[in-house]
Amino acid sequence: MDILRMAVSATQRGKLIAAGYTSLSSLSSISPPVLARDLQIPESEASEILKAASQSVRLDNSNGCHAIIAGAQTAWDMLNEEDTSRCITTSCADLDNILGGGINCKEVTEIGGVPGIGKTQLGIQLAVNVQRPADYGGLGGKAIYIDTEGSFMVERALQIAEACVEDMLEYRGFLRKNFEPCHVSMQPKDFLANIFYFRICSYTEQLAVVNYLDKFISDHKDVKLVIIDSVTFHFRQDFDDMALRTRLLSGMALKLIKLAKKNSLAVRNLSPFAGCSLESGDDQVFKWFIPFIPCLR
Amino acid sequence: MANKLISEMALPKSIANIFAARNLLTAKDVLSLTEFELMELLDVGLAEVTLAVAQVSAIACPPCQTVLSLLEQRVQDEYFTGHLPTRLKGLDDVLCGGIPFGVLTELVGPAGIGKTQFCMKLSLLASLPPNFGGLDGHVIYIDVESKFSSRRMIEIGVNSFPEIFHMEGMAQEMAGRILVLRPASLAEFTESLQQIKVSILQRQVKLLVIDSMAALVSGSLAEFSRIPIVVTNQVRSQNCDEASQYPFQGAVPSMVDDAVGNRFDSHLVPALGIHWAHAVTIRLVLEAKSGARLIKVAKSPISPPIVFPFNITSSGILFTSDVGIEMTGPQINTIQNQGHSGILNFSS
Repeated sequence: MDILRMAVSATQRGKLIAAGYTSLSSLSSISPPVLARDLQIPESEASEILKAASQSVRLDNSNGCHAIIAGAQTAWDMLNEEDTSRCITTSCADLDNILGGGINCKEVTEIGGVPGIGKTQLGIQLAVNVQRPADYGGLGGKAIYIDTEGSFMVERALQIAEACVEDMLEYRGFLRKNFEPCHVSMQPKDFLANIFYFRICSYTEQLAVVNYLDKFISDHKDVKLVIIDSVTFHFRQDFDDMALRTRLLSGMALKLIKLAKKNSLAVRNLSPFAGCSLESGDDQVFKWFIPFIPCLR
Repeated sequence: MANKLISEMALPKSIANIFAARNLLTAKDVLSLTEFELMELLDVGLAEVTLAVAQVSAIACPPCQTVLSLLEQRVQDEYFTGHLPTRLKGLDDVLCGGIPFGVLTELVGPAGIGKTQFCMKLSLLASLPPNFGGLDGHVIYIDVESKFSSRRMIEIGVNSFPEIFHMEGMAQEMAGRILVLRPASLAEFTESLQQIKVSILQRQVKLLVIDSMAALVSGSLAEFSRIPIVVTNQVRSQNCDEASQYPFQGAVPSMVDDAVGNRFDSHLVPALGIHWAHAVTIRLVLEAKSGARLIKVAKSPISPPIVFPFNITSSGILFTSDVGIEMTGPQINTIQNQGHSGILNFSS
């Protein structure tokens, strides 16, 4: 019964079945007033149900105009898109080479490592680099830094911003040979003003901020990078229900992927690494989490 | 924020009533369910659920600040822009001013190396008046192993700051600001934690020291308060399992040989393991090598990996050299205890 696949509430579904509407085709030619009378619901609700029905139908329909399947993209279009997409430099030439230019937009990139190895440093570096103008390896945009561990140190961000400014001035010397650079010089403190900082103290807040990001980014259209440091920290302890943890983590991962694609952002997750040989079963968190992020780099 | 009540969130009446009827009372309850689970449970449409979850998230989400405003706030409000100077010049330089506020700093090392001495000195520094470089506040010292000695602390005070401690009544005032707690068990400590949180906000507590953490394991303290929190950790010997390192740490062959050679000398690792290692922001490793004591800045987001040699004297911990030696590679994390028994007798 394809009624079961519709995105309507259980009560509405129950009423539809009781009134005899068991397939989507039976709803295709009905008008809202008629449905409202049959189900004894207000007309606005009836039109909502019909809208949900037509959405389900559109997904099944193989008579789409351009694409054979609605919502698909041809590989050629994707290639063109990839060629024109921008990257954020990591300030390490070898790393940029491996990544094909830098951190890509529209993707979620994950960095994992043992404590103290430099994940937060890379995160701060990228938050600064995304603000560089396009000629200097950035995107000229702002960054959101979601800090779950408290390892973001403002003084370090200032040091990195100062080094970035020096680096850009030096590079400007090279550019000048070909053409006049046209960017406005930025001061280190300007870099700091363009990083939005959230301090997260529990997994609920982490879920809340991921949900809120959509609205925040639509209010601040110049955000080009979201950094989450680190994704699994609050999920390592205090969780008795492992199944719930998996559901929440994978739900969050999917939301981040959707966010990245929709807003052409780069999303970076920094995950603390637990070695496979340690004692507690909590290491399993990290292992479960990886397979749920399909477009991992 | 996670425990914000739905009833106080000004959601539309209909959805708020449904949440209450289904026993979803806090933001945590609502956000722990996926949107389809909520639809199922509450019997409302997807659009309404999405809207309600977005509203709850927007309210439960912590406020956003730009990093620049954070910096300006700290420069303005906080002492030394949020650092407690340790009076060890090399360390203060490397830590951008001293032990930072609002994060966990860990001291780890073998028994007798000087962790408690360091903690006692820090407690004293935090209690000093600002014109002598202190935070002018109370200190909560959680002494799990009953190692705190007030006699020794006064001795440190008298030798390090003679001009203050010889003044009438100052010793009593400074010692009076240090509150020592001796919880007998983890349960007792957790109970007193709530009280500690309240007193941090009320009673002008400026430093929290937990000596040692290996005896107690606690969750997150650092986030809610802008004070430095120092914990100490013990060491234990490495299991055979841990001796096999991560496969991607292969690196250059010559380095691997060195690492292998060294690794079997140092069988010591921090007692609380890798989960704890993620929770601390700054890790200072104290160790003994060939009879000399060293303090290594092993994990810090604001400093390079650097080593300072130190001694314990009557006035506490003193660096023999303020210029540290940079140490790259995995040795920064190892903990050695060679030649240590020879220096267990404190010379002063």
